[in-house]
Amino acid sequence: MRITRPLLGLTGLALVSPLLAACGGDADLVIYSGRNEELVGGIIEEFEEQEGIEVEVRYGDTAELAAQVAEEGDSSPADVFFSQDAGALGLLSEEGLLTDLSEDDLGRVPEVYASTEGDWVGVTGRVRVIAYDPDQVEESELPDDVAAFTEPEWRGRVAIAPTNASFQTFITAMRVNDGEEAARAFLEGLIANDVEIYEHNLAILDALEAGEVEVGLINHYYLHEKKIELGEENVRTQLKFLPPGTAGALVNVAGVGVLEGGSDNEHADAFVEYLLSDETQAEFVEVTGEYPLVDGVEPPADVPPLEELGGGTGIDLGELSSLDETVDLLTEVGLI
Amino acid sequence: MSTLAAHRPDRPPRLLVAVALLCAAAAACPIAYLAIRTAQAGWSDVRPLLLRDRTLELGLNSLALCGSVALGSLVIGIPTAWLVTRARLPWAGFWRVVAALPLAMPSYVAAYAWLTFVPGLHGYWGTVLVLTLVSAPYVTLPVAAVLRRADTDVEDVARTLGMGPTRAAVATLLPQVLPAATAGALLAALYALSDFGAPALMRHQVFTYGIQHAYKIGFDRTLAAVMALVLAAMALAVVLGERLFRGRAERRGASGSGGVPAPPRSLGRGLPVALALLGIVAVATLGVPAAALAVQSAESLSTGVVWDELGGAAAQTVALSAAGAALTVLLALPIGILAGRFRGRVAASIESASYLGNAIPGIVVGLALVFLTINLLPGLYQTSVALAAAYAVMFLPKAVGAVRTGVQQVPRDVEEAARVLGRGPVRVWATVTARIASPGIAAGALLVMLTAMKELPATLMLRPIGVETLATELWSKSAVGSYGAAAPYAVSLVLVAALPAYLLSRPGTERGAAS
Repeated sequence: MRITRPLLGLTGLALVSPLLAACGGDADLVIYSGRNEELVGGIIEEFEEQEGIEVEVRYGDTAELAAQVAEEGDSSPADVFFSQDAGALGLLSEEGLLTDLSEDDLGRVPEVYASTEGDWVGVTGRVRVIAYDPDQVEESELPDDVAAFTEPEWRGRVAIAPTNASFQTFITAMRVNDGEEAARAFLEGLIANDVEIYEHNLAILDALEAGEVEVGLINHYYLHEKKIELGEENVRTQLKFLPPGTAGALVNVAGVGVLEGGSDNEHADAFVEYLLSDETQAEFVEVTGEYPLVDGVEPPADVPPLEELGGGTGIDLGELSSLDETVDLLTEVGLI
Repeated sequence: MSTLAAHRPDRPPRLLVAVALLCAAAAACPIAYLAIRTAQAGWSDVRPLLLRDRTLELGLNSLALCGSVALGSLVIGIPTAWLVTRARLPWAGFWRVVAALPLAMPSYVAAYAWLTFVPGLHGYWGTVLVLTLVSAPYVTLPVAAVLRRADTDVEDVARTLGMGPTRAAVATLLPQVLPAATAGALLAALYALSDFGAPALMRHQVFTYGIQHAYKIGFDRTLAAVMALVLAAMALAVVLGERLFRGRAERRGASGSGGVPAPPRSLGRGLPVALALLGIVAVATLGVPAAALAVQSAESLSTGVVWDELGGAAAQTVALSAAGAALTVLLALPIGILAGRFRGRVAASIESASYLGNAIPGIVVGLALVFLTINLLPGLYQTSVALAAAYAVMFLPKAVGAVRTGVQQVPRDVEEAARVLGRGPVRVWATVTARIASPGIAAGALLVMLTAMKELPATLMLRPIGVETLATELWSKSAVGSYGAAAPYAVSLVLVAALPAYLLSRPGTERGAAS
């Protein structure tokens, strides 16, 4: 019977807890952020102070939040979707959930980094790279095209994260660029070559640091995060940027779109404008190690300039919303 | 409920059946959502998804995992339970608490910790190891409860007939603990079937992996829905299998017949071995994560703790999980009473149905409730009520089991005596049955609360906007590799969950921990 008292306490708590949680809902702007709080939380807080308004943010996984918005439809409480990936924005655009942005906002970044429909805009650039452990692999050994990783000499040495959005966008680019069959041959070749499967890019980076694998296909800025976490001198992983022309050199973006709920909310427009301002762009470079997309903002010091990467493949990022076909392909070959 | 304590045990009162049915139906809502999604797609789209090799491969992986974890939990749980109840151990209270504490350890933290020290542990065996370690208490606690009350007269008789002490114990005690042990193993099996965190980190591809990623990519809700339905069917098969086994075991040996508690026995030279075994399990479940978190904090530069944030997240964790526990027990009461008091197909079916939600991954339950609340009860969307409902759907079996065992422990004679003394049936229920069953029911509530604290995917999706729990903060910090900043949240999560785990380890409440 001693336990009855905790039970009473529990019931009491249960009655009070909805009150504790009921404080939300009266915000001036609601953002769904597929970008991590650790990375963009400070930037959003500064916006809040600058505008003198109250902003509520729901942080989550980009794809899961996009699924949630799709499920919510017109009833979504969100005004703005801040995405880690162009693909998710493309999907929301296709479902008709995004509203048009102003010409001013769209004009801030090169055309290739914004929606052709005019309903989302890239904020920062992230580049596909080959990350490698210099203790096990010489840079000169690395190929200029990721397709080479299906060769027998790379058996069991390469890591990928097939469930990660940026990997899928990269495969989409390959499908669009080189055709369905080339993409299929690449994936099947990787599987036949004992490719190591990881949950996400960071897990690949951890595995590289631990010497578990030799090479990993990731985005460039993860190394920046790793250096911040461990100290630059304690990180041994190196990056190889690929020459333009193949999907392996894809330049993807993190971007933003305004949802139906934010269409008549002036703060939503202000937020998009704020993300594309010179000051915020510079802050992204510093905090996340990504490429600024707005002209005249200094890129990170330790990476080749974006122009040299030539926009990767020249692929329209809007076309990268054909994720469905990529998913079918990944499903068919058995990677997901 | 007027005939609750009456004499026709096989004909449950209609009102009770109706209420229990309603509660089970509420818990089956996500299944309805999955059915709607699948039906919208049509059979021609669903067929190839269902019949592809990948489905079979993931299904077999999941079933193998589920079976191994159930078996492993029995292998660790039963001897542990025997040691902490029947053997004379130094620091007996300490070992009793340590045997329950793994319940407070989220599977993803345990997996992460093991990988820190043994990077090569990936795959099937690593996943089995981690899931077995964290779910063994599901067996330990109810078995310990039975052993504490087990009838030792038979054991003494067996000894006088010439059996050695070990053989006598195994021969006479095992039949008595089997129903509780298999019921505990069922919870472990269902946990293994529905867990995503540990298999994901261990890179072992199971069904939940397939479902999670079907959503993640291009939000393919049809593929995910089809796979989730298959997973639910697998869970149902596991539940029915356990029921079959339990039925047989219950017929063979009476559980907890209420003999005089036997005095703990001296182990003699076996004591060091026993202590070593208990010690190894404790180090594996609790020591390894503690060490891993310490190492990570030391290596990392991001070790600053924002105490306000930490405190706020801890308070929200407790509040939300308590709300979830309260709602879960509320839904479990009619089902548990029905299952505990009445046999027959109706009671059995309703109880089995209440287990369905347990196998569906949190992300599916989350999306189902997004869909259902937005469309049916928009006022509840993104409130703690919707999240509590998600917890109720997922963790109902834990509470149903606890209520059922609690009710079964109330001797009918006592109820009948109260009736004879002139009390009405409802008063008898409130003053006699509920009081005697309450420790078991409370234990069920604690177990739900404890599990809800560790839940992540549904919490991420349904928590009120701006609200962070220890689990969501842990997720967001470790997702960008800020392991140092994540460590305090992992430690706090385990500490906060340790309190209900401790309460569950106390004699008298442990029996409700499973059943």
